[in-house]
Order: sequence, then structure tokens, then C-alpha cells
Amino acid sequence: MTLWDTTPWLVWSILLPLIAGILTFLFRRAAPWIGIATALGSAVSVAGLTAQVMHSGPLRYSVGGWGVPLGIDVRADGLSVLMLVMSAVIGVAVSVYAAQYFSDADAADEHADQAHQRAYFWPLWMFLLAGLNGLFLAADIFHLYVTLELLGFSAVSLAALAGKRAALVAAMRYLLVSLTGSLFFLFGVAILYAAYATVDLTALAGSVLPGPLAWAALAMMTVGLLIKGAVFPLHFWLPPAHANAPAPVSALLSALVVKASFYILLRLWFELFSAVVTPAAGTLLGLLGAGAILWGSLQALNQSRLKLLVAYSTVAQLGYLMLVFPLARNADSAFTAWSACIYFVLAHACAKTAMFLAAGNIAHAAGHDRIAELDGITHALPLSVAAFSLAGISLIGLPPSGGFIAKWMLLQAAISSGEWGWATLILAGSLLAAAYVLRVLWHAFTQVEVARPLHRVPRTMEWSALALSLLAVLLGLMAAQPVKLLHIGAPMSVHAPGQL
Amino acid sequence: MNFDNWLLVFILLSSFVTGLIIFFLKEEAHRLRTLLNLFGALLKVVLVGVMIVGVQADHVYESRLELLPGLDLVLRADAMSVLFATLSSVLWLVTTLYAVGYLEGEPHRSRFFGFFSICVSATTGVALAGNLMTFLIFYELLTLSTYPLVVHRGTEKSLQAGRTYLIYTLSGGALLLLGTVWLHTLAGPVEFSLGGALAQVATQHRSELIAIFALLITGLGVKAALFPLHGWLPQAMVAPAPVSALLHAVAVVKAGAFGIVRVVYDLFGVHTAEALGVLAPLAGIAAFTIVYGSVRALFQDDLKRRLAFSTVSQVSYIALGTALFGYLSTIGGLTHLVHQGIMKITLFFCAGIFAHTLGVHKVSEMAGLGLRMPWSMAAFTIAALGMIGVPPFAGFVSKWYIGMGAVGSGSYWAVAILAASSALNAAYFLPILHAAWFKKRVDPWPADHAHGVGEGHWMLLAPPLITAALVVAAGVLANAPFSPLEWARHITEIEYGK
Repeated sequence: MTLWDTTPWLVWSILLPLIAGILTFLFRRAAPWIGIATALGSAVSVAGLTAQVMHSGPLRYSVGGWGVPLGIDVRADGLSVLMLVMSAVIGVAVSVYAAQYFSDADAADEHADQAHQRAYFWPLWMFLLAGLNGLFLAADIFHLYVTLELLGFSAVSLAALAGKRAALVAAMRYLLVSLTGSLFFLFGVAILYAAYATVDLTALAGSVLPGPLAWAALAMMTVGLLIKGAVFPLHFWLPPAHANAPAPVSALLSALVVKASFYILLRLWFELFSAVVTPAAGTLLGLLGAGAILWGSLQALNQSRLKLLVAYSTVAQLGYLMLVFPLARNADSAFTAWSACIYFVLAHACAKTAMFLAAGNIAHAAGHDRIAELDGITHALPLSVAAFSLAGISLIGLPPSGGFIAKWMLLQAAISSGEWGWATLILAGSLLAAAYVLRVLWHAFTQVEVARPLHRVPRTMEWSALALSLLAVLLGLMAAQPVKLLHIGAPMSVHAPGQL
Repeated sequence: MNFDNWLLVFILLSSFVTGLIIFFLKEEAHRLRTLLNLFGALLKVVLVGVMIVGVQADHVYESRLELLPGLDLVLRADAMSVLFATLSSVLWLVTTLYAVGYLEGEPHRSRFFGFFSICVSATTGVALAGNLMTFLIFYELLTLSTYPLVVHRGTEKSLQAGRTYLIYTLSGGALLLLGTVWLHTLAGPVEFSLGGALAQVATQHRSELIAIFALLITGLGVKAALFPLHGWLPQAMVAPAPVSALLHAVAVVKAGAFGIVRVVYDLFGVHTAEALGVLAPLAGIAAFTIVYGSVRALFQDDLKRRLAFSTVSQVSYIALGTALFGYLSTIGGLTHLVHQGIMKITLFFCAGIFAHTLGVHKVSEMAGLGLRMPWSMAAFTIAALGMIGVPPFAGFVSKWYIGMGAVGSGSYWAVAILAASSALNAAYFLPILHAAWFKKRVDPWPADHAHGVGEGHWMLLAPPLITAALVVAAGVLANAPFSPLEWARHITEIEYGK
């Protein structure tokens, strides 16, 4: 056993950003460097943890050795490892981007109070990362609640960072929504604790029985998470909050923060309440997803501003995740649907981050993000337009991207359980996505001389967007390993006939 | 490293990497770009040559990458893939030469040639795909890489054409995806194999397989421009001439037709498809498209639009030959895959020369063209006669075999279709030839860039001369070893298990 094997990497992945949050607050000049170093350090911890989980299966670690019921436990299985890898990769790319974004001299006249933004971005982002990693590793529902709050507060503050009126209004709404969601969740936690005297996920999963109490708790927690996760029709707060934030913040909010709620939903529905949920409830969530896909895409088609279009695309894409609930009912296709949605989360995270960063570059160069006036932008920003296109390919679900493989698995799950309605929906959603992505790319090929001078965009900002979009595409060629990783600790049989 | 496992990957990369590098070249780096283009194209031809020799010597070339547990990305060289890969790589080489000459001095050449190269990688991928999933991936990649070529001019009209193109192809792609996933859930990971792979499955899942066949053929029919899915093709004519040549002869339309051939022969198997009763409807649609395309072509004054409708018609010969369920018509259909390519690319090269050098876009403006540009017009004439099916040119050979096959399988109606179509072909090609060779020029040329004398640039002229020579050679030397006909015969023997 080497040191690499025995280090409690899961604790470090939470601890490092927590420490960095304080450091970046104290040492503002060095904040970008501390931030990037922490993102890298957190990525190393996640790599170490991944190796451990792949080697020896699901992990559980009692911080300080206290254990249940007194201390805090953290745990990791295939699902949490993949989520951590996602936040590590996105974290590194966004940190590199942000270091340039918040220090660029050109930006000073664009964004009010540049110094203020730089000062608060890093600590908030570090706390957000700590909250996120903590959430993915939480072993009990109270710990889930705490990390969810940490995540929510840092996300809201980040959304308010731009300081303009529109951003403040949106952030205020986000705050109220976030608090409401948390309260609902906390109610559920309280009910479960009152009934079963434990908050441990595994212990609860073994003892929760169907009944009014469990249904109430499930309903409360689910509603809370649907609000925080911006699932249609509770998505109203997301587009303004995501679209008015600075580009790196929009990326973090859309790619990572909303996924946290979905992650908890998965834990609740497939582990804690697996004996409680009914098929009809799964269908209901699936229908919400269908509404999200259709409504979000149509709204994206109607937007005149680029960042709002990208934000509505998030609403639509989150809808696909909800399809896991109806599609995983059939035992034969459960694991396929499960893998599909989780892979969808990864692909969407890469693609959406790339898209928001690219949109940020475009807005930065042009001084606005009105889609109709983007003619000729390709000449100024070929790399960013390429990043936008590649990310779009993954969002549409065209091969060989990560989005394609995810949709392939979704379709496979839908068709093998005879659910043709969902299959049609998935394809229709792809065509709608193609329509809104092409609305933007339409302007990439027009031959118009650009009248206004464009702001220079630093190369690192262009490349970090492009790198993530390439990753979104390449995810389509490396899905086998992540799917095998999901076997570890999967809450359903992974070897049913016709499975992955 | 085992070379046999990597050859196919190298074949793909030879154009893909070239394309990526070209994207990053400065607009002014004309020489370097041309050099890279030609190097990539030549390298690809050489590698494909190695593959042909290897396949002939029973080497197995195969590369795999695990996409999902139980589902691989497979590249494999079999007789069928060699046929299409050779066609596309050779024609790509000449088209590259042509495109370099055609786009001289125009903006956005790095973007153009970048996508141009990626488009050919996608086509080669379609040719070498060893299962339906792999085919689908490259088929969609082809859609994506050709879109920027179609809208290259950036005008309102070309953007409109690009939009139509995407609406058609992406919807077709969605149906193809649906069929592919459905088949995967029924039969697991099925790989293409000469002779078919679904005979076992067909006994249990008859109705499902018929539905899957319909989905797949509809999805492929969009690119193959089967009626009523052909609407995008005439519109896409706004693209520059090298792109039209590529779309019609090398890449897009051919990928659709090749896909139909693959699905019928190497996925379902011709005997299974016949037993399922799905061949007759396909033959009917193909026959209708043949006549419909020819009739529409008659009424087009725009030369490229006339050629486009001619493609609609001619590509369906491949589908018809495929669907007739006769040994000889299969040979004819496969041969036509190659023959239609070399003939149509010649026609588009020439149409491009006329437009580029003299500003001639319309059939009604072509009077006296033969005297002004005898070489270009000669190439055009050879290809047009080939299209009509005049011996000894390439088109005659493939039409003959399709017709013989139709007689052999008792489908006399198909012979009538072939005869009618040949008459229509003559009706829309002969007036062009007549005007060009025998009418006297009265008006000045619409836009004479060569100042009153001579042919177009040599880079424009050489490609159609080469392909026209191929049209003659493929007809005259049809029985020589390695001719398209012989290769098609070789494939057909395997498909029918002889």
C-alpha cells in the first residue's frame, strides 16, 4: 500500500477548496493563482479517489473516526466519482478562463466595478467547489442539506456579481427560490429524522416503508430539488440569473450547480426511497422533463440575446435528465437509462460550459450579445465560434459527441422497454436543439464587413472554451470506461439481459 | 504496432489531419495549403492502393474502439468498402486539384479546404464502417462537414439552401438513428458482413425488421435523393462547382446510395430482404424517382439544376439495381455506383468551367461553346453520352447489366423504365450537345474571363479530362481485371453466395 492508495482523497477534495476560499479572501492579489492551483489540486484528489474506487469498490470514510451516528461520514461510488471528475474538469477550465476574464484591462469599461468582481469571485467560487464536492460525497441527508445550502448561497452571490440592476434583480429572485427549495428539502429531512431517528442514507434506505410519512417526505424533498434544479415549470428563475452573470459564473451555474439537485434526486429516488416511489410518480417527472425539453427549446428559439438562448437551452437539456425516472422502471433497461442520464450530465456540463464561455467571448468582443447583429463574428473569433459549434453538436446529440452517446443510451432504454413516446420526444428535442444552435451559426457564414471595431479577446479565453467543447465531442469516443465505473455501487442490477 | 490494425485509421487521418492543419493556415498561405491538400489527397490514394492490394491478398484490415460495453466503433475493409473508398479517394484527388484552381483568389479558402478534407474523411469513414453504428457516426459527420461547403458563398440564397439541406439531412439522420437503435435492441451489435447478418433475427421479428428497414431506407433516402426526399439537392446547387461535384459524385449522394446497398446486402442480406418483401417497394420508389428526375431535368434551363435532377434520376439506378433481386442487376447497380460518380463529376467540372470562365450558367446560353472550348466540351460530351447509355461509355455497361438483371428476374417493367429514362436522358442532354457543337455563337459571352480565347485554367481543365478518360476506360475496358465491373462482379458473387 503506497501513500497514494491510503490517502483519504475524498476528504481532501472538500478540504482544499474550503481552505482556498479563506486564502483567496485574505490574499486578493494572489487569488487567481490560488484558485487555479486549488482547482488543479482538487482534480488530483479526484484522480486519486477515482483510482481507489475503481480498485476497491465503493468507499466510506468517517471524518475524525467518529462514525455514525455522531460524526460526519463521506462516501464515494461510481456515480459520485463521475460527478467529482466533472466538477474537477470544469473547475480547472473555468478557473483558467476566469483568471484572464477578471483581469483583462479591456473588460474594465464593460463591467462595472471590475476590482470588486475580481475580489469576490475567487472566494465564492472556492466555496462553491467545496460545497459541490461535499454534496457529491455526502453520506447522509443532513449533510446533503448543509452542502446544498453552501452551494446555493455561493451560487446566488456569484449570480449577483455583475452588480448591474438586471443581475441584482435576477439574483434576488434566485435567492428566494433557492431558500424556498432548501426549506422544502429541510422539511423532508426533518420528517425522516423524526420518523426513523437517523439521517444516514444507507440506514434510511433499509428502513423507509411506503406510507403517508414517507410520501410526504419524498414529495417535499422532490419539490424542493425541482425548484433548485430549475425543472420545468419551476425554471422561471434560471434564464435571467444565468444570462446576466459574468461568463465564467454562467458556466458554473449552468454546468454544475443545477446538476447537484439532480444528483440528490437520483440518490433519493433510486436509493433512499426506492421502496416508496410509484411508477405514476416516475411518469409525472418524465412529463415535466418533456415539458422542459419542448418549452425550453421553443423559448431558446425565440430569444434575441445569445446568453439567454444558451440559458434556455439549459432548461431544455435538464428535461432529458428527468427521463431517467420513467425509463428506469423497466428492470431490463434500468441501468441503460441510469447510465444515459448520468452521461448526459457529463456531456452537458462540458458542452454548456464551452458554450457559455464562447458566448462570453463573443459578447466581450462585440460589446453586446444580440444574435441578429453577430454577422462577421467568425473573422474576429474563429476559435470561439468553433467552440460554440462543437458544443452545439453535443447539445443536439450528433455523433460522435458525448451528447450523442447519451441519447443513444436513452433511446436504447426507451425502445427496449417499448416506450415509443419517450423515444419520439428525444428525437424531436434533438431537432429543436439543432434549430436553435443553427440560429446562431447562421451568422457565422454571412459575408458582411464588420463596421464596429471589436475588442480583443485573450487567447486563453478562446482556448479554454475550445478545449471543453473538444472534450464534449470526444466524450462520445470514451464512454465505455465511465459506464463501467457506474457499475460500482449502481442501485440496480447491472447485468440484466440486453444491458450495456 | 500492427500495421494491419492501423491502416484504416491512417486512411481516415490522412485527410482529417490535413483538414485540421489547413484550418489554422493563414488565408495568404496559398502554396502551403495547396501543397498540403495535394499531399493529403495523394497519401490517401496511396494508402487506399495498399489496402486494395492487401484485401486482394486476403489480408484482414480491422480497427476497433469500444464505444460502450458491447458496442464497438468498427472500421473494416471488405470488397464492398474497397469499392467506395477507392472511388471517393481517387475522385477527391482530382476534385482537390479542380477546387484549388476554381477558388483561386476567393475569400475563406482555409475554411473551405479544411471542411473539404474533413468531408472526405467522413466519406471514407462511411465506406469503411464495419457496423451500422459506425456508419451512422460518419454519415452524420458528413452532414456536418458539408454544410459549411454548401453555404460557403455566404449569400442569402446559399444560406437558405444550407438551411434546407440541414432540415432534410438532420431529419433523415434522426430516422436512421431510430432504426439503428431499434435494430441494436433487437439483435445486439450486428456487424456488416457480405451476404447479410440478419437471417436469424428475421425468423422471430419479421414485422419489426420491416419497420426498421423502412426507417433505415428513409433515413438514407434523404441523402440518396429518393423521391420525395430529394428536395434539398437542386437547391444545394448554389454551392461552388467543386462542392457540387463532391456532393453528387463523391460524398453525400453516394453515401446515401452506398448506405442503401450496405443495408440491403450486408446487413439484411439480399435473400432475407427478399423474404421480408421489402425489396419490391424500394424498387418501385427507385423506378419512379428515375423517371421523375429525368422529367424534371427536361424543364431546367439552369445547367447545374438540370444536372442536379439528372443526379436524382441516375442515383436511383443504383437503388433499382440493388432492389431488383437479380444477380446481374446487382452487378449493374454496384457498377453504376462508380460509373455514375465519374460521369457526373465530369459534367459538374465542365459546368463549373463554363460558369467560371465564360459566365455561362444556362443551357440557353451554350450555343457555340464547343468551338470556343473544344476540350472541355468534349469531356462534357463523353460524360453526357455515357449518362444516356451510349456504348462504349461507362453508363452503357451499368445500364446493360441492370436491364439484363431485370429480364432475368422477370421484372420487365424495369426494362421499360430503363428505356424510358434513356430516352429522357437523351432528350435533356442532346439539345445541349447540339447547341454547343452545331449552333453558331451570335451574342458575346456573359462574362469572358479568358479574354476571347482559349479554355479555362489548366487546373480546371485537367480534372474533367482525366475523369472523362476514366468514363471511356471504364466502358471499353469493362472486362479488364480491377475494372469497376469486375470488382462489382466479385462482390456480387459473395453476396449471392456463389
